Amino acid sequence: MAAKKFMFVNRKAPYGTVYALESLEVVLISAAFEQDVSLAFIDDGVYQITKGQNTDGIGQKNFSNTYKALGDYEINKLYVEKESLEERGLTQDDLMDLVWEDEDDDWAEKPSIILVDRSEMADVMAEQEVTLSF
Amino acid sequence: MKFTIMINEGPYQHQSADSALQFCRAVLAQGHEIFRVFFYHDGVNNGSSLSVPPGDDRLIQKEWSELSKENDLDLVICIAAAQRRGLMDEDEAKRQGFESNNMIDGFRISGLGQLIEGGIESDRTVVFGD
Repeated sequence: MAAKKFMFVNRKAPYGTVYALESLEVVLISAAFEQDVSLAFIDDGVYQITKGQNTDGIGQKNFSNTYKALGDYEINKLYVEKESLEERGLTQDDLMDLVWEDEDDDWAEKPSIILVDRSEMADVMAEQEVTLSF
Repeated sequence: MKFTIMINEGPYQHQSADSALQFCRAVLAQGHEIFRVFFYHDGVNNGSSLSVPPGDDRLIQKEWSELSKENDLDLVICIAAAQRRGLMDEDEAKRQGFESNNMIDGFRISGLGQLIEGGIESDRTVVFGD
């Protein structure tokens, strides 16, 4: 059976609720099923992949490094909505440097983050076969 | 058409638990098939056997349990989410060394792979959440 296009839509901040952490658990499991997986980061979800997260003060696990491992699981299409960044005073420089290694190109390191505007995000979502929203 | 339903919120706190139940009934009434219903996040609480709402209110967990029996539905509770929230069936309770368990009939505990499989096997995957 051909791989299906799965998209995980992340809308919530990384802490405050457990949605982001439990979403990431689903994403990691999905990697074992050899599907065509992509992630979307919209609204407060863009905070999930910001640099320099520090949870010392809230007594919770800082799981932000897990996003850096996604490339190793061939999850390398992370669509980030420009407007969501702008509305929060963020730019791509505030995001972690998330990359993957392309085995078809001598393991060259390539960026996983794809910046798209709101209407492009809608187009990407429309192409999906299974969209799970968190 | 074959559906997989994902439910991400618990009963009573959010409309989505009721909406999912109503959607499942409508899907079945129209002659479609439900491949699986997967409960995640606080949605796992839809499988608790220990809810006691006021007498004039609906008992959502019992409605799921009955819908499952009547239609042979596969209601799956995510084990990782359930463990965090203190929901377990008899086997899992024993494994964890607890004397009691609190999962209502008609549900079973399994892993997140069941959700992904549902997405692969179904024509439509519908998420009910906040």
